[in-house]
Amino acid sequence: MNNTALELIQGAFPGAACEAVIDSVVITVQPAEVEKTLSRLKNEPSLDFGLLLDVTAIDYLDYPTKQEARFCVVYTLRSWAKNLVVQVRIPVADPEVGIPTATHLWESANWGERETFDQYGIHFQGHPDLRRILNHWQFEGHPLRKDYVIDHRQVCYESDSLEKEIKARLALKGVDDATMKDINTEIMFLNIGPAHPATHGAIRILTALDGETVVANVNEIGYLHRGFEKTAEQRTYNQVIPLTDRLNYCSSMMNNVAYAKAVESWLGIEITDRAKFMRVILSEFYRALDHLVCLAALFVDMGGLTNYWYLYNEKESAYDLISRLTGARLTSSFTRIGGMYRDFYEGWETDLENQLQAIEKGVQDSLGLVAKNRIVHDRSQGICVLPGDRALQYGFTGPNLRASGVEFDLRKDSPYYNYDAFDFSVPVGSNGDLYDRIMVRFEEIFQSISIVRQAMKMIPKGPVNVADNQVCLPPKAEVYDNIEGLASHFKLVFEGVQTPAGEWYDSFEAANGELGFHFVSDGSGQPYKCKVRPPCFYTMGGFHEMVEGEMIADAVINLSSINIIGGELDR
Amino acid sequence: MALGLEAKLGESVLTTKLDVVVNWGRQYSLWPMVFGTACCAIEFMSAAASQLDISRWGAEVVRFSPRQADLMLVCGTISYKQAPILKRIYEQMPEPKWVVAMGACASSGGVYDNYCTVQGIDEIIPVDVYISGCPPRPEAVLDALMKIQDQIKGESVLEDRHKDFKGILD
Ligand code: SF4
Repeated sequence: MNNTALELIQGAFPGAACEAVIDSVVITVQPAEVEKTLSRLKNEPSLDFGLLLDVTAIDYLDYPTKQEARFCVVYTLRSWAKNLVVQVRIPVADPEVGIPTATHLWESANWGERETFDQYGIHFQGHPDLRRILNHWQFEGHPLRKDYVIDHRQVCYESDSLEKEIKARLALKGVDDATMKDINTEIMFLNIGPAHPATHGAIRILTALDGETVVANVNEIGYLHRGFEKTAEQRTYNQVIPLTDRLNYCSSMMNNVAYAKAVESWLGIEITDRAKFMRVILSEFYRALDHLVCLAALFVDMGGLTNYWYLYNEKESAYDLISRLTGARLTSSFTRIGGMYRDFYEGWETDLENQLQAIEKGVQDSLGLVAKNRIVHDRSQGICVLPGDRALQYGFTGPNLRASGVEFDLRKDSPYYNYDAFDFSVPVGSNGDLYDRIMVRFEEIFQSISIVRQAMKMIPKGPVNVADNQVCLPPKAEVYDNIEGLASHFKLVFEGVQTPAGEWYDSFEAANGELGFHFVSDGSGQPYKCKVRPPCFYTMGGFHEMVEGEMIADAVINLSSINIIGGELDR
Repeated sequence: MALGLEAKLGESVLTTKLDVVVNWGRQYSLWPMVFGTACCAIEFMSAAASQLDISRWGAEVVRFSPRQADLMLVCGTISYKQAPILKRIYEQMPEPKWVVAMGACASSGGVYDNYCTVQGIDEIIPVDVYISGCPPRPEAVLDALMKIQDQIKGESVLEDRHKDFKGILD
């Protein structure tokens, strides 16, 4: 695939420097060329990169090999129909001058560029609303720059009022004082969050209401920004795994797997067959759990509390199973670079099957309450609709994108870990409304359970870790009895897995969509940069478009239907 | 067999101290305000769900309105961006009020020793009980609840609590 992709891009941009890295093509262009390159990538039918996955920057200040400029901005694009990923790198000579924005091409560039500005201080010329997004407004400096000291803490004394932003949004919608005088009413501003039960975490939703209808909406995130990326730069590759648990904490294991897979793909390690199957089984199991929590919370918001007990109780008992396997209920940290922490325990198969049956029962019970329920239908069908093309514009992936009718799933389109060997279907919605998002998740639970069962039948015996002392800890017998074993154990623990210098992007179909990791390695055992491409972040970027014109009570359900998880949203 | 004053007043009257009877009431009807921001909040959900059932301690009336609550449970990481809101909500709770810091993050910043994370909520508001763990098991929430109940038992209704507390936002 690499070569055809490389030829395609090279053919389209003969003058630019292109190279193939794992599954993506990296092309370097100068700031003057950015606009032309990006718009061609997006608009030319032969290229068709309609999905802007992520925007980030790299600070080469401490990088061992000298680069063209200190900063480099990277756009990661995907052509979902052709299954191609291209990364556009732009060296930035002067961050104050910056580079032209891409917001006119993709809506998702809006938040992506804001984050890059916030974390690296790179200016985007022509960006409609370039201000901080993760850090608070009183923050000074840019934390992901290499010269920002990690524990330089800055206190925030007051929250941002967002008055300017909501007024601007209102004006954009054509609502000003004159219109309000005309209809003889006043706009009411309602602030929800960041500490409100309806937000399921720390998100702030500011709405301008006409009666109960949302006229305009702006959102503020970053309340759970915990500096994942800066902290990861101070850890060895394996030490980052516990941090990944805390991204999407409803499906911690999927983050573990996605992270380990990303590092292994660069190291060129082929993990053992058993480990691959374990990862599939556990990922799919967690996908089901993640959807359970999402739906449980959603029905609470809709007023169907009984569903919470049916759905959440199964999640709760699944925790017992997980803690038997990993030792922890929530924060599993179960993968290692090169394999797994350990094999399944004896009796896992029966325990798992019992749990799967319990989940099926809980979901059936809940479906019995909602599937033909008039109230559920009335409150979800045709509500908070986002059509497929708009969803792609905002960088939606996963169940939210599929609910809008776009049949894109990395497990089918770019299969890893033998996903092509399993018999499963990808549920797709037709309207992109609340109902579709609910039903897609229900159906995915059944599909995931079916994959788990198939994989449990097919899983081969064998080791769960690769037999390579450079990557995985050697067996204890070797550590205690011979000096080489001992030395590699020490080296691995102290220095981490040595990773060749370079940059790469790797992605994984997590419960909420495409979870990607963009790494920069300087050849040591610690990542020089580790950027997460969080599915939630971009989904939340499109929230306002889904709720404007809808009722405030539906906006609350909509937030649960897109399953925003703070840990992943704000990192 | 009643003694002293009670012997004179007959079977239907009990005498006690005001502190004892008020504290008894407070102990068994704590209304939690869950300030859930992150992963720890999921474990609080488990403590509230049917398996562990927080109502056995009389604390199941979870209020998200600070004005109706007297026990603040801070479950999760508090960033500097969140800190003014935490303080504001704490101040909106009527006296008497108690605070539990659930998990490593709320207690000390946890794994996040970095630019954006408050290194323990006691930099912002006074804390009565800390729960260790990342995340703590839901049983630990129940344990903390019992610790608060014990603490309430020894308090006096006449004394203000945490009068001289001064945090970084004060
Ligand atoms: S203590 Fe651990 S589990 Fe709790 S919020 Fe912090 S990181 Fe999450």
